[in-house]
Amino acid sequence: MIRAPLVKALGALGSPTHQMASRAVRTSAMVAQTPAKAPEKIEVFVDDIPVQVAPGTTVLQAAAQIGVEIPRFCYHERLAVAGNCRMCLVEVEKSPKPVAACAMPVMKGWRIKTNSDLTRKAREGVMEFLLMNHPLDCPICDQGGECDLQDQAMAFGSDRSRFTDINYTGKRAVEDKDIGPLVKTIMTRCIHCTRCVRFASEIAGVDDLGTTGRGNDMQIGTYVEKLFLTELSGNVIDLCPVGALTNKPYSFVARPWEIRKVSSIDVLDAVGSNIVVSTRTNEVLRILPRENEDVNEEWLADKARFACDGLKRQRLVAPMVRMPNGELQAVEWEGALIAVAKAVKAAGGQIAGISGQLADLEAQLALKDLLNRLGSEVVTTEQGFIQGGTDSRANYLLNSTIAGLEEADAVLLVGTNPRYEAPLVNTRLRKAYVHNELQIASIGPKIDLSYDHENLGADAALVKDVCSGGHAFSKVLEGAKKPAIIIGADLLERADGAAIHATVAEYCKKLKKPNWNPFNVLQTNAAQVGAFDVGYKAGAQTAVKAQPKVLFLLNADAGKVTREQLPKDCFVVYIGSHGDNGASIADAVLPGAAYTEKQAIYVNTEGRPQQTLPGVSPPGMAREDWKILRALSEVVGKPLPYDNLDELRNRLEDVAPHLTRLGQLEAAGEAGAAGASKSIGGGAIDIKLKELRDYFMTDAISRASPTMAKCISAVNKQQRENEAKQSVAI
Amino acid sequence: MQRLLRGVRSIHLAHLLRTGVHLDACEMRDKLKFEFSEDNRRRVTALLAWYPEPEWKGALLPLLDIAQRQQGWLSISAVHVVAETIKIDPMEAFEAAQFYTMFFMKPRGKYVVSVCTSTPCKLRGGDEIFEACKKTLNLEHGQTTPDMQFTLKEDYCMGACVNAPVLAINDDMYEDLDEKSLGDILADLRCDKLPPAGPRNGRFASEPKGGPTTLKSHPPPPGFMMQELPDPKTNKCQ
Amino acid sequence: MLSIWQRREQMSHFSCQSVVPKMAAIVRFNLLTKPHIGAALPVSLQLLRFQSTQAPPPGTPPPQTKTKFGPLADEDRIFTNLYGRHDWRLKGALKRGDWYKTKEIVLKGPDWIVNEIKTSGLRGRGGAGFPSGMKWSFMNKPGDGRPKYLVVNADEGEPGTCKDREIMRHDPHKLVEGCLIAGRAMGAQAAYIYIRGEFYNEASNMQLAIAEAYQAGLIGKNACGTGYDFDVFMHRGAGAYICGEETALIESLEGKQGKPRLKPPFPADVGVFGCPTTVTNVETVAVAPSICRRGGPWFASFGRTRNSGTKLFNISGHVNRPCTVEEEMSIPLKELIDRHCGGVTGGWDNLLGVIPGGSSTPIIPKNVCDDVIMDFDGLIAAQTSLGTAAIIVMDKSTDVIKAIARLISFYKHESCGQCTPCREGIGWMNKIMTRFVKGDAQPSEIDMLWEISKQIEGHTICALGDGAAWPVQGLIRHFRPEIEKRMQLHAKRASN
Repeated sequence: MIRAPLVKALGALGSPTHQMASRAVRTSAMVAQTPAKAPEKIEVFVDDIPVQVAPGTTVLQAAAQIGVEIPRFCYHERLAVAGNCRMCLVEVEKSPKPVAACAMPVMKGWRIKTNSDLTRKAREGVMEFLLMNHPLDCPICDQGGECDLQDQAMAFGSDRSRFTDINYTGKRAVEDKDIGPLVKTIMTRCIHCTRCVRFASEIAGVDDLGTTGRGNDMQIGTYVEKLFLTELSGNVIDLCPVGALTNKPYSFVARPWEIRKVSSIDVLDAVGSNIVVSTRTNEVLRILPRENEDVNEEWLADKARFACDGLKRQRLVAPMVRMPNGELQAVEWEGALIAVAKAVKAAGGQIAGISGQLADLEAQLALKDLLNRLGSEVVTTEQGFIQGGTDSRANYLLNSTIAGLEEADAVLLVGTNPRYEAPLVNTRLRKAYVHNELQIASIGPKIDLSYDHENLGADAALVKDVCSGGHAFSKVLEGAKKPAIIIGADLLERADGAAIHATVAEYCKKLKKPNWNPFNVLQTNAAQVGAFDVGYKAGAQTAVKAQPKVLFLLNADAGKVTREQLPKDCFVVYIGSHGDNGASIADAVLPGAAYTEKQAIYVNTEGRPQQTLPGVSPPGMAREDWKILRALSEVVGKPLPYDNLDELRNRLEDVAPHLTRLGQLEAAGEAGAAGASKSIGGGAIDIKLKELRDYFMTDAISRASPTMAKCISAVNKQQRENEAKQSVAI
Repeated sequence: MQRLLRGVRSIHLAHLLRTGVHLDACEMRDKLKFEFSEDNRRRVTALLAWYPEPEWKGALLPLLDIAQRQQGWLSISAVHVVAETIKIDPMEAFEAAQFYTMFFMKPRGKYVVSVCTSTPCKLRGGDEIFEACKKTLNLEHGQTTPDMQFTLKEDYCMGACVNAPVLAINDDMYEDLDEKSLGDILADLRCDKLPPAGPRNGRFASEPKGGPTTLKSHPPPPGFMMQELPDPKTNKCQ
Repeated sequence: MLSIWQRREQMSHFSCQSVVPKMAAIVRFNLLTKPHIGAALPVSLQLLRFQSTQAPPPGTPPPQTKTKFGPLADEDRIFTNLYGRHDWRLKGALKRGDWYKTKEIVLKGPDWIVNEIKTSGLRGRGGAGFPSGMKWSFMNKPGDGRPKYLVVNADEGEPGTCKDREIMRHDPHKLVEGCLIAGRAMGAQAAYIYIRGEFYNEASNMQLAIAEAYQAGLIGKNACGTGYDFDVFMHRGAGAYICGEETALIESLEGKQGKPRLKPPFPADVGVFGCPTTVTNVETVAVAPSICRRGGPWFASFGRTRNSGTKLFNISGHVNRPCTVEEEMSIPLKELIDRHCGGVTGGWDNLLGVIPGGSSTPIIPKNVCDDVIMDFDGLIAAQTSLGTAAIIVMDKSTDVIKAIARLISFYKHESCGQCTPCREGIGWMNKIMTRFVKGDAQPSEIDMLWEISKQIEGHTICALGDGAAWPVQGLIRHFRPEIEKRMQLHAKRASN
């Protein structure tokens, strides 16, 4: 496990040593290059253009400041500097040999020549060496067309090979490795940049990848044929500059120039990772991350990346109505809408709506508007929350913000496992752990967070201990510059959830710092925050309690509502994309669009509204969810006052203006529900997603994904092997 | 086309010929249990004291060496135990074990015969010594006899070049060899007897054969040519 | 191993003897933290002052007046038990003058010791030849609470080199005492001696000597009764030539793969366990006590200016009596071989060429050998380098292409695989050299090989790439006709 002990040791020192130390222990250069005080700038010349840079800036960064791109393979701005590919060698005047631009800090007055003869020669040389043992299998390589090596060979390579030994001994060949169901390896193509190794140990926090052997026989591999299983494994595919690590489910599917790319948002957790959806002929082929410093940096969790094949399976493609024989039968839209309208009219206002995990904001608003018009106020989220806690936004947001957690120096996790509930929040915590000496404690079951943390125990009473200031960790929190307490969303479904919430909120008032709100709820559902923002109440049980005659399930697939809890004659309408728990209890199924098929807003756990864009059109007769509700309102005779998305968004602006400012964050006030009881019942706190295997299938889309199923069986297989090994060895 | 095909063929050949130690260690991992012996545990404790506590990792190589000496080779379970002892990830220990040539990741013979064939030894007959070893032991580089007595290695530079040609048997170096003295050594080993190490042509160490050209007189006594060292208290440094 | 390392320093030193310190020196200074620059500054001032004919400042070697160098008198030899004729343990070492008045020397303090070393003109014996006094003084900046370490590089493994082995097995106390004195000079709290794994018996001797020294109170708490605490630890490597590179050695000492680190930061800032560290060769450390006892000027009286001192030479290969011998620097190669090794086999005229400083230095042919002088500047003038002063002699019976090819295969085997030019380039050179041995190649490939070696040289993280490139360059420079002849022969045989 990597951590920067020196940063601690040198914390009090001036920045230059600090930087050097950080690099020596191979931590990210980013943190190292932001010294505490703004020091004087120094002037250097890149290709005779003067540049003012902060001391400690590398040659490569200085060149980037004036837009000069220096070729590189091993360097990646989010990973530690390795300096091993040597592609970034540039000439510095008066230096006898070229310097590695990625690793060399500039000195005052340096004249850097990024296009001189010496520089070009060095690059050509390195390129020739890289290609020497690299197979010429570009025509069958999945990286073709988006390959750094290919591009740079075009730009900096020679037009012919001098490698005459191809006629004698040939090229190096390396056995491929099976590192799991997500990442395909073609190790002969590897150029040993070690980006994947650095990613695994620095960002993902698993030391499973490494280099074995040495010299020309060096190989990237896992520990004794172990699988590389982590919730972030897909990122090594993006990082790999060649085709050595490629997307296994996507292999031989498409070429980059054939596909259409749409910028969108991931909704399989509440982080709201920015993604690019690659499509071809109305089919989602793969999902890649899109850079957003405030949310996902440039990483993407595996579920978001690989569950996209779930979009093609278990889809609802036609409206269905349950026949008297109990079978769901496909019907035309007209018939389905009339059937639903009939039930709605008969219900006389005894109607309820439940919004599930994947519901978009527009549909949520339309459902609420429709039910209001029909005389019902019962619209709730499927996942529970504290009653009456949805009035103040701060009560249910991750107030410290995702990027803000990077600066935290003491964090208490209460009943949450960010590693699997929100992997990209966990990477921020890990970053703070590595670079910011973050101290972390957790209340709940023992879990592996990929960094060291103190497990205080599982008893809920510990929350009271800590928040009364009597616990040892209270001292840590109170002494911290930026403390944070993160409560798991699931925890608040407990009977004493409100008490826990109130206790923590009260304590956070004490911990509060200017511009820093320590109170955080980590949501797991992409729809949750948006639902509360437009006025949904918490918990499916609220809707059940109303014993409605008609129940709308908007993407509600978590199975929180069962037929038994509802009145016998209750007419259940399911609107959603997948045939999952919701559809199975429905009397009428109205096929909706998945997140890749609609333009819709989702609000992430920190309260940031972002929108998805349609990459493909909904399959079959499926339609965008809000349009279904709009059509239904027409049939019911209470038409909703918007006919297109713009009008709907205008309505949204009336309800919650901050939600239409896409991508922007609105600071919430202070957390705390009025009059909540503070007696915590006690008993063990549990977490749903404890292990990696729990991570892969958490919603209707990922449950339909064959790739996710493969991941689970791979994890199970590895586990079985480990157990077998232990029983033999011990 | 012909050229391309040849390239492809060589890739496939290389692929077939490749049998990494990686796999061997892997096959063995379940079958062996490893635990430091009582003596070695004491050694380990003593060793760890040489490194500042947060840097116990520094003791990795010595510990792997102890484990290898105990087991005869370095099984994956031993690597695992070492990693646990110094609290590092097994992969880190494994990386190191794979990197250094003195760690044997598969079982080896009781006597590891390493013959130096680097240039200085080659100039004085290192190749012939290696050929003779191959013939006598009926082994190729890297192979072990079925009775697990001998492993033969062609090695690079033992650091005894003025005593070339050199071969090492486990920890001992046998220098200034010729075919006859090599035969004697191997014959002794066959009888499970480790002959005394050192040069085989009458030299004691690295002096010229037939007697040193220097250092013929007795070493001068302590204080010889000692410069004046004024008392630091009265005369500050410069 | 120890030979090619720190080439950057070496090059800078060679090229910036006078006038202005050149680029590499500037690089180095600029990359250091402020206190460092403070430590280094007087050096450049010295140069200036020296030129302005004022009285030389402390630490300036006395001018050399001799014109003939070598042989060395027995009484001037430092390693008096080089051949193991005497007792190597503490009792014997004391009799030979080791540990004599060490307390007084240590009490003189860091400045005094560093000045003695500077006066002596001692340059690193590991191959790069960086001035030791200056290197040690880099450590003497104000502390920041981190401990400092001295690391002794005993990972000797460069083909041809076997000098440190003799010190460790026959004169280990010289090294232990050297550790204390060098450690004191840089304010280190402990020394780690990194011995190559293959030197098991040598390591045992070393360990025993360390134990004896502890027992006698010479090191450890209150070392020699000076009130200074100093520990000496031994660390055995496990078979990797690359660990002779200082940063790879540090990595290895930290329990990682021996892969060199990027510089900066230099070890003097961030070294072993993240603390300021100086990595020094065994011989450099082992001569320090003698220099302190007999005085810097004594040591400086041997060899030419800037090449002063005595040196252990290893002469191997085609000589009548290969041996290790301590001689004066600047001794002519021919005299060295004739005097101590009984001459080249078959006489001087049977000489083909000599690799003068361990495997990484370029070979020089006989006509150069005739009057080359064995010191840093003399061999630079001959387009090669002193390296570790490990002389590999080849007579006319040698297949010189094969000899060099063997070296390249050594480098291929020892490349750590971290950076591209070395990992891929040396493998390629090896492939080509293997064919050159048979002659199975085109003459145009000779130029290609030259270019490839140039593509490796100076483009790698550490100096191993350079070390592999130089022998090839030496071969092509001096033995090109030989290579071409073999190709013609092969072509003829193939066509028949």
